[in-house]
Amino acid sequence: MKRTETADDAGKVMSMKEAVAAFVHDGATVSLEGFTHLVPTAAGHEIIRQGRKDLTVVRMTADIVVDQMLAAGCVSRLVSSFVGNSSAGSLGELRRRIERADPAPLAFEEYSHYGMVCRYLAGSQRLPFYPLRSYGGSDLPSVNSDLRKVVSPYPGPGGEQEQIYVVPPVNPDVTIIHAQRADRRGNTQIWGLTGIQAEAVYAAEKAIVVVEEVVADEVVRSDPNRTVVPSHAVDAVVVCPRGAHPSFAQGYYDRDNAFYRAWSHISKDPERLRAWLAEWVYGTADHAEYVDKLGEDFWAGLAVGEALSEPVNYGRRL
Amino acid sequence: MTTATAPETVTSSELLSVVASRELAARRTVFAGIGLPTLATELAHLTVAPDIEVVYESGVCGAHPSHLPETIADAVLISGAEAVLSMPALFGCVLQGGHIDVGFLGAAQIDRWGNLNTSVIGDWESPAVRLPGSGGAVEVMANSHEVFVVMRRHNPRSFTGTLDFCTTPGPDRALAEGIRPLGAGVTRVITELGILARVGVGSELKLIAVHPGVTVNQVRDATGWELKVSDEVGTVPPPTAAELRLLREDVDPGRVYLR
Repeated sequence: MKRTETADDAGKVMSMKEAVAAFVHDGATVSLEGFTHLVPTAAGHEIIRQGRKDLTVVRMTADIVVDQMLAAGCVSRLVSSFVGNSSAGSLGELRRRIERADPAPLAFEEYSHYGMVCRYLAGSQRLPFYPLRSYGGSDLPSVNSDLRKVVSPYPGPGGEQEQIYVVPPVNPDVTIIHAQRADRRGNTQIWGLTGIQAEAVYAAEKAIVVVEEVVADEVVRSDPNRTVVPSHAVDAVVVCPRGAHPSFAQGYYDRDNAFYRAWSHISKDPERLRAWLAEWVYGTADHAEYVDKLGEDFWAGLAVGEALSEPVNYGRRL
Repeated sequence: MTTATAPETVTSSELLSVVASRELAARRTVFAGIGLPTLATELAHLTVAPDIEVVYESGVCGAHPSHLPETIADAVLISGAEAVLSMPALFGCVLQGGHIDVGFLGAAQIDRWGNLNTSVIGDWESPAVRLPGSGGAVEVMANSHEVFVVMRRHNPRSFTGTLDFCTTPGPDRALAEGIRPLGAGVTRVITELGILARVGVGSELKLIAVHPGVTVNQVRDATGWELKVSDEVGTVPPPTAAELRLLREDVDPGRVYLR
């Protein structure tokens, strides 16, 4: 059976500058996902460079990139289930914003991880809500009125009436994820931790996929099960090697644990934090410059060796 | 070369992880974070629970790390793992589906029923200290068959009569709201002073054992509520030479967590 080959054009490939300018607008709800692995840091930095304001940021693990976007004045509302610098300490700017409204207040919607997962599940499936066996007896519903309880229309296991909490859908204006590779039309392949990226993309109106590399269509099609997000859900493909630093990309580079530890100290002092942004974000034209500025010796320290998977046989009809 | 094993050379991290590892005897699936739970589960694997499977919040099941992981998403947990799941599968099917025997949690504050606070010190709206929040703790508590808590500090501010905020409720609070959780809630709290235990719904944490040299009154004074004490408080056997050797030489030779 013959099918027309895709036209040999650039597909959806664009620069980070173009993608952020086209899809991230002031006042928008922006989801940045990647659970410790593949954190879309370079995209966050470009949002800072372009001076976006009044964003609602949705991110399960609000970590360094969120602290940086807060410090740059991009964010007025945060929706999250973990607001810490991994296990390496605190987020200085986030704590100042929440504890002392310094330099400005931050609206915070607090969830648990599965609450966030269920918001993406509801959002991606255009459901009115999603039920979960969490929050019974928690104080979270008292500070987050979107955590609501309903009565199940079906009897419980013992025939009794069952109550259950539900969360509302989240439908970001744009979701940004980082991935190992995609083809030029946006068929996106991720291996290692795949987190909530697919649901976050499907929940959004627009999606930007930032990749370590764009590969030929045949590479993707040689292993279709590895495609986590198909092209129909993707609006922009941005090639940005090492764009997940200081997090990692499985098989490409390791996590910069030293920077996570350093961030607790940098962010503790507002002046030092702003000096860091001036040097590393405002002071670099794009992520390629940031990568160069870190230097090859630095990157050699995060290099990883090979651990190849065994190929699988998809078979072909004889 | 003989490793020194005199009690005074045992660090607090070593003590807590050895004691926690013993509590994992005969447990199969354990949901654990990084740090002391990593040490406890790895040591249990080499001693009392050879079939233990550690499930990480990041989605990793059956990890075989080449190095001690530095985060729950460390690349060394993924390479060579038996499975890596998406977040909906991990939280929805594995955890909420009831496949976890023991969940490990920490907290800034714990109360007598094993309810936990990881959100704020002070008022939620304008807290003195904003803490990281739940992560997956709400789900771990609601859905694991039982929960072990390891607390580095045992003092009245951490072991408090009234939580500043209840992030992660045990089953008693859930039931009071008409919601039936899957598990028993916190059944063990391991501290530098001893071990508190709780049977399940309706029962309070009770002191069941103290470390050598610790008195019951010392634990009472360090606890911010009127602590129930078992009729027969035992003494926790100190870490053995074998346990310490495994911990120091096999589990964490680089002393990543054995500070």
